[in-house]
Amino acid sequence: MSLEVIELRTVHDVARLRDRMRRWTKELGFGNVRATKVITAASELGRNTVTHGAGGRVELEPAEGPNGRVGIRMRFIDEGPGIADLAAAMTDGFTTATGLGLGLSGSRRLLGGLEVKSRPGATVIEGTAWKK
Amino acid sequence: MERIPVLRVGDILVVSIQVDLHDHLAESLQEDIGQAIQKYGAEGVLIDISGLDVVDSFIGATLGRMAQMAALLGARLVIAGMRPAVAITLVELGVDLPDIGTAMNVDRGLAMLREHVTATR
Repeated sequence: MSLEVIELRTVHDVARLRDRMRRWTKELGFGNVRATKVITAASELGRNTVTHGAGGRVELEPAEGPNGRVGIRMRFIDEGPGIADLAAAMTDGFTTATGLGLGLSGSRRLLGGLEVKSRPGATVIEGTAWKK
Repeated sequence: MERIPVLRVGDILVVSIQVDLHDHLAESLQEDIGQAIQKYGAEGVLIDISGLDVVDSFIGATLGRMAQMAALLGARLVIAGMRPAVAITLVELGVDLPDIGTAMNVDRGLAMLREHVTATR
C-alpha cells in the first residue's frame, strides 16, 4: 500500500474512508478487533474534518515502528476555523450537536495517541493505526 | 433513494441493517421507524445490527435517539446481534447507551419484545 489521499467533503466521503480503511487493514493483516477499532477511529476523525473543519482531506500511508511494527498513518488536514480550545476538544463530551462529543478523545483512546496541531485555517490531526 | 426496510412481524417491527449505515440513511431510518410505530401501533422494535462491522459515535448516538423516540411513542426498542469487536470498540470509545435495550441475537430480542408486549396488555 502506498500514499493515498481521500477528499473529505461530505458524510459520503467518510463512508468511503471507512471502506478504504477496511481495505488497508485487510491488506496489512489486522486482526478483527484492531481493524474495528482503527476503522472506527478513522470514521470519528473523518467526520470531525467534515463537520468542524468545513471539509478537507486525509492522507493514508504505511507506517513502520520499532521491531518491524506495522501500521497505517492517518493525517487529517483541513483549512477550517481551527480548534479554539484544544484541551477542551480533547475531553469526553465536548460539543457537537449530533454526536456524543467523543470524536477526538475517543479516537485518541482507540489509536493509543493523537497529535493535533491547529490554528485558524490550518488543522492537522495525525494518528497511527498500529496493527498490534 | 437507498432505504432500509422496516418489516412488521405481528405487533413488532423488525429492521435488519445489512449495509454501512451512513448518516443520511440513519436519519431516514429513524423517521421510517417513527412512522411505522404510529401506523401499526407497534409496541416493540427490534433492530438487528449483526451486519454492522463498524458503529462509530454518530451511529451509536443515532441508535440511542431511535430508542428514546420509540419510548416517547410508547414502544420499546431493542438492538440485537452486536458483534463483540463492535462492543469492545464502543466501550473504549466511551459510548454509553443507557436507554437502549440489547439482546444477544434476533431470537432473544424477539422473545424480550414479545414478553414486553404481553406484559403491557
